[in-house]
Amino acid sequence: MSYSTAEIWTVIVLLGVGTFFLRFSFLGMIGNRPLPEWVLRYLRYTPVAVLPGLVAPLVIWPSATGGAFDLARLLAALATIGFGLATRNTLAAIIGGLAVLYLGIFGLS
Amino acid sequence: MPPTSTPQFASPQGTPPQGTPPRTASLWAAYWRGVRQSLPFLLVIIPFGLLFGVAGTEAGFNLAEVMGFSILVIGGASQFTAVQLMTDNAPVIMVLLTSLAVNLRLAMYSAALSPHLGAAPVWQKALVSYFMVDQSYAMAAQDYEARPHQTLGEKLAYYAGACTPVCPQWYFSTWAGAVLGKAIPPAFALDFAVPITFLAMLAPMLRTPAHVAAALVSVGVALALAFLPSGLGLLIAAACAMMTGANVELWMQRRQA
Repeated sequence: MSYSTAEIWTVIVLLGVGTFFLRFSFLGMIGNRPLPEWVLRYLRYTPVAVLPGLVAPLVIWPSATGGAFDLARLLAALATIGFGLATRNTLAAIIGGLAVLYLGIFGLS
Repeated sequence: MPPTSTPQFASPQGTPPQGTPPRTASLWAAYWRGVRQSLPFLLVIIPFGLLFGVAGTEAGFNLAEVMGFSILVIGGASQFTAVQLMTDNAPVIMVLLTSLAVNLRLAMYSAALSPHLGAAPVWQKALVSYFMVDQSYAMAAQDYEARPHQTLGEKLAYYAGACTPVCPQWYFSTWAGAVLGKAIPPAFALDFAVPITFLAMLAPMLRTPAHVAAALVSVGVALALAFLPSGLGLLIAAACAMMTGANVELWMQRRQA
């Protein structure tokens, strides 16, 4: 990571302010008006649109291995999705994924 | 924020029948109902906050910066997004755009709460906004629907209650993670705690074919555009994925009709 202290705090403060205004938007400024259906339809998909694209390169080219493919990490990622789909529970998925990761790293080596 | 000060912002504004026992009692009842109902979230918030503290420290942020994220932003997914993109040295503007995109759903929560809380004074709405997270929104939405005849004060008191087990614990567990993180050896592959956390948040969201299609498009486009400067490919992937999700949803609706 190569940011100056000022850049880091710029990100933190602007992300905080921007997020606050997203939260305050309708409650405090736009008021009690229903959102158009098409806007809601797009908003519904923001988390599933951003998170997978953020994770995929980290799974295929992990930074800790210098970008080399790593079977333990891929299996851990697949296991996390599997546990998450089966249990619908974030915490269970994290524990399951970490368990497979450590099995892969310490068990296969 | 000490929990004891929380109910203050829920006191009925302007209406002076202060101290009349039945009113105060109903406010406290609503407050404690909120606390009770969101108590199970502790099981998620504490490990999640610890992970953020660890991930932030591993990425090279100091304690003040890590705490700055958790106190000023209070949005787990967007904080992890920012930290991950900054690990890749993405331009500041890309970090901001992508992390704010993760938080767009909060505008949807704001819209959903505004029929219930819109009449409150601005400073109370600002506090409600600051503490608006997935958990407080979800609890409030179900409670206001289940008990439609609550006064504004009771609704605000419930909201304050629902935030009490969640928000302060987010700060404390972040701090604990940031302090403990340095003591964990690299063999534990904590670099991979972030992808696992994201996937664990993501999997329960894959409820419909439209959500699955959006996720697959996001993965495909992000990998195909990985050669672009960090953050840019992800933004394009997210836009394509949102359009995919919205259109698959429309298409499924038409097919059912």
